[in-house]
Amino acid sequence: MEQAPPDPERQLQPAPLEPLGSPDAGLGAAVGKEAEGAGEESSGVDTMTHNNFWLKKIEISVSEAEKRTGRNAMNMQETYTAYLIETRSVEHTDGQSVLTDSLWRRYSEFELLRSYLLVYYPHIVVPPLPEKRAEFVWHKLSADNMDPDFVERRRIGLENFLLRIASHPILCRDKIFYLFLTQVFFFYLADSRLKALNATFRVKNPDKRFTDLKHYSDELQSVISHLLRVRARVADRLYGVYKVHGNYGRVFSEWSAIEKEMGDGLQSAGHHMDVYASSIDDILEDEEHYADQLKEYLFYAEALRAVCRKHELMQYDLEMAAQDLASKKQQCEELATGTVRTFSLKGMTTKLFGQETPEQREARIKVLEEQINEGEQQLKSKNLEGREFVKNAWADIERFKEQKNRDLKEALISYAVMQISMCKKGIQVWTNAKECFSKM
Amino acid sequence: MEVFSKDASLMDMNSFSPMMPTSPLSMINQIKFEDEPDLKDLFITVDEPESHVTTIETFITYRIITKTSRGEFDSSEFEVRRRYQDFLWLKGKLEEAHPTLIIPPLPEKFIVKGMVERFNDDFIETRRKALHKFLNRIADHPTLTFNEDFKIFLTAQAWELSSHKKQGPGLLSRMGQTVRAVASSMRGVKNRPEEFMEMNNFIELFSQKINLIDKISQRIYKEEREYFDEMKEYGPIHILWSASEEDLVDTLKDVASCIDRCCKATEKRMSGLSEALLPVVHEYVLYSEMLMGVMKRRDQIQAELDSKVEALTYKKADTDLLPEEIGKLEDKVECANNALKADWERWKQNMQNDIKLAFTDMAEENIHYYEQCLATWESFLTSQTNLHLEEASEDKP
Repeated sequence: MEQAPPDPERQLQPAPLEPLGSPDAGLGAAVGKEAEGAGEESSGVDTMTHNNFWLKKIEISVSEAEKRTGRNAMNMQETYTAYLIETRSVEHTDGQSVLTDSLWRRYSEFELLRSYLLVYYPHIVVPPLPEKRAEFVWHKLSADNMDPDFVERRRIGLENFLLRIASHPILCRDKIFYLFLTQVFFFYLADSRLKALNATFRVKNPDKRFTDLKHYSDELQSVISHLLRVRARVADRLYGVYKVHGNYGRVFSEWSAIEKEMGDGLQSAGHHMDVYASSIDDILEDEEHYADQLKEYLFYAEALRAVCRKHELMQYDLEMAAQDLASKKQQCEELATGTVRTFSLKGMTTKLFGQETPEQREARIKVLEEQINEGEQQLKSKNLEGREFVKNAWADIERFKEQKNRDLKEALISYAVMQISMCKKGIQVWTNAKECFSKM
Repeated sequence: MEVFSKDASLMDMNSFSPMMPTSPLSMINQIKFEDEPDLKDLFITVDEPESHVTTIETFITYRIITKTSRGEFDSSEFEVRRRYQDFLWLKGKLEEAHPTLIIPPLPEKFIVKGMVERFNDDFIETRRKALHKFLNRIADHPTLTFNEDFKIFLTAQAWELSSHKKQGPGLLSRMGQTVRAVASSMRGVKNRPEEFMEMNNFIELFSQKINLIDKISQRIYKEEREYFDEMKEYGPIHILWSASEEDLVDTLKDVASCIDRCCKATEKRMSGLSEALLPVVHEYVLYSEMLMGVMKRRDQIQAELDSKVEALTYKKADTDLLPEEIGKLEDKVECANNALKADWERWKQNMQNDIKLAFTDMAEENIHYYEQCLATWESFLTSQTNLHLEEASEDKP
């Protein structure tokens, strides 16, 4: 893999809005030396050329999770979970897939990938990660990150995250994404770039569509959180109802020992009560998957806000540049006509220490005119940039909207399917119990 | 007051009734189920609780309507008002008259946990239903139904009842009986015949189990109530959400209405539980306490006999009169035991039927609940897939 030496200047500039041609171009510079020196290349990297990497169909899966212990940055022992990412290329026409890459990554590395994508594709609604810590937990479910159920659901969430990127028309062609899947040593991004995105500022003329989008994302976040909270409480209560019935099982069994005629009926009815009580575990586990689907869109709300923030940042930048240009033009005019309206340090010192010479004034006007020229060009390019951003961002937002409508509808339907399954189980168990009772 | 003896004139029943058993032993063959309408000739309802305020106290009375075709009643319809104290009096009289019969239980004086207010509507309603059950159980009992005090309770005007109440054995003599009872109960337990040992074991175990079932059933009701309370909030959130999603409005609103319908179904399930299962189980909790009292009384009667026999054997007291006394007591013990045995079989049969019915009803309520919810969600699913097909066909050129 050919790499240009890392260019610090290039690292600080945002990438072009769409990677050009082959994934090699433009982004190679961002890869650190560590990646180059990576001796631990998985098998198959050299056999795949980059030019036709994305033309072949690939399958990505997060197939396993493993508990690991290691030392963190402060040299303290820590336990974490590592996830196995396997990439398969579907080569043959019969759909057979060949394992081309596999490596282990932990959650924080996924976070790095996402942070990078957020910075480099600000106009794109970047898919969210599954939750870092278990939230919206109904109390019988564990809030422990090491809990096997939580790990399993997270594994699925991480796989979903990678699949969403791989199926996104723009993000799938990102070189860093490719490296994430194939290179063991990953690079570290500078925090400063990420911090810049969070700076607060005031925009005078934001695009109304982005303001509306920000409101929508706030509403989405708030309503889904509320829904998830109540769902967790409902799940808790439902668990209680089912489990208490299990107590009947034990008592019926003990009672049946002293009953001659009723004994058998009591005993078998008790068994069905036990079945009923234990059925809730699977039912609620299935519901967790539904909750995860909702959570994904809860976190997507944050991604939407990030796009809006980027627009605001660009708009703010544009407004500042325009303001600066206007002020310089005014200064220039004042110097040329001799009137002083704007405040400037030079003006003050001139007043205090005497007038400047005509030559000095000429020189200053010349400098200002150059700056004005430069400023006008910059403003033009910023305007262009801004319009490009808005165009591309809205394209992705429209795409996101369609995806969201499809996914949420599907999730709601799957919820109905789950309820139906629960009802059918209930009917079965209680019909059996009723038969036992009536035979007593 | 002796009840059972070979002297039939002391039996507390009217000799004109065709149903009257002539001896205690024949009652064993008369195991009759509670609701045989063709044999029933006494119908009682308890309703219309009313609050009465006097200078000294406030209390509730219940209206009791009796309809009967029996000859020994002066009329075919009676309407009286009685308060809880009156029911307590009646129970006491029945226990006195028939110490080894299984008298139906009365609802508790106060509910320990939950309701503090005596005049809470739910409490009054629950009590009314239990009092209704109490009187009807007595009416259906082959022996108790002919009890004279029972008849007076159902028919006498308020002043008639108070004057009748004053005629019973005085407080002091009642206290004396209790002291004797405690003293001799231990002796009775020692000589308890095998079949009554078995009965006692059953009663002890049954009491344990029915108490547990009572607790479990109350707990289920509580959990269902809390589930219902949370569900009420769940549906409306989907409506709220639909306000910001133009393309998902219908789906979200439909989900909300499904959840609301399931919520109503849960409410119905809860009320079914509180109507069919909880009162029955609770009545049998009270019954199990009754049964232990009955065992004690039986043991006490036996103890009386045993102490006289002991006195005769060891020549403790004047032995001239003893053989005759012992003879009478032996009869008494035999009658008491037979009465209890017969009533025990009857009680067990009723218990099995009642428990079976109560739990079958509970199962039925649950089945109905799940069937309703199933129908709700299935129709949602159908409407979604239909919508999908409609949209798909609209897209086609």
